[in-house]
Amino acid sequence: MAIGLEHYLVVGAVLFALGLVCCMARRTAIGILIGIELILNAANINLIAFDRFGTGRFDGQIFAVFVIILAACEAAIALAIIIGMFMNFGTIDTDVADKLEG
Amino acid sequence: MSDFFQHFGQTVAFIAITAVVIGSALAATFAKSIVHASFALFFTLLGMAGYYFLLGADFLGITQVIIYVGGILVLLLFGVLLTSRSLDQLQIRSRASYIAASAVGLAVLAMLWKAIIRGPWQHVTPVVPQQTTQSLGRLLLTDYLLAFEFSSVTLLAALIGAAYIVRRREK
Repeated sequence: MAIGLEHYLVVGAVLFALGLVCCMARRTAIGILIGIELILNAANINLIAFDRFGTGRFDGQIFAVFVIILAACEAAIALAIIIGMFMNFGTIDTDVADKLEG
Repeated sequence: MSDFFQHFGQTVAFIAITAVVIGSALAATFAKSIVHASFALFFTLLGMAGYYFLLGADFLGITQVIIYVGGILVLLLFGVLLTSRSLDQLQIRSRASYIAASAVGLAVLAMLWKAIIRGPWQHVTPVVPQQTTQSLGRLLLTDYLLAFEFSSVTLLAALIGAAYIVRRREK
C-alpha cells in the first residue's frame, strides 16, 4: 500500500485536534503556546502534502515557508508577552490575568 | 521490483515517523509538567521534519530543524525556565476540563475525518521534484517577492516589539 495524500491529511487532522485540546485544557500560557505550535505544524504538513500530490509547482512549499516565518514571529512575541505577564503578575496562570474581563 | 521496495520503504518510514509524531504530540498535550511537554514537542517537531523529507521537501525539512527545533523550542524552554518560580503550583487544570477539552477535540477530529474520507481528491501522479532550493528561491524572488519582503519587515517589527515589551522600566 502506497502512502497517499489522505494519510498525511489524517496526520494533520490528529495534530490539529491535539493542539486544540492543548490550547483549551492547559492553564499556563506556555502550554497554550505549545498547542499553537502543534496547530501550525498541522497546517504545514497539509500544505506540503497538497504540494507534493498536486501539480508540483512548489506553491504549497512557499506557503509553508511563510507559515514558518510567522510562527517564529509569533513565538517571539508570545514569549515577550509571557515574560511581561510574569513581571506584572508574578505568575503565568492565564486564570489570573482577567483584568480586561467585563 | 525496486519500485516495490521503494514503496515498502516509504510505508515503513511513514509508519515509524507517525508513531513518533502522534505519540510525542499526545505527550505534549497530556503531560503533567510543562517541561515534559516541551521536550515532547521537540520530538514532534523533529518528526515533522522527517515527514517533510519523506514528501520531497528537503529545504523545508532543514528549515524546520533550524527554526523550530533550534529557535522556537529553545525560546520556549527559556520561557519555561525564566518563569519556573510559578510553575510548581501550576500543573494542569482539573481533570474535568481535560475531559471536556478532549471531547471537543474528538468532535473536531471526527468532523475532519469525515471530510477527508469523503473529499473528492483528484489523484495526480506526483512528479518527483528535483531541486527544491533553486525553485523555491526563484519563486520567492519572482512571484512571491512582495509577500517575501513583507514577511521580513513583519519579522523585524515582531523582534523589535518583543524587545520593547520586556524592556526594563525606569521608575
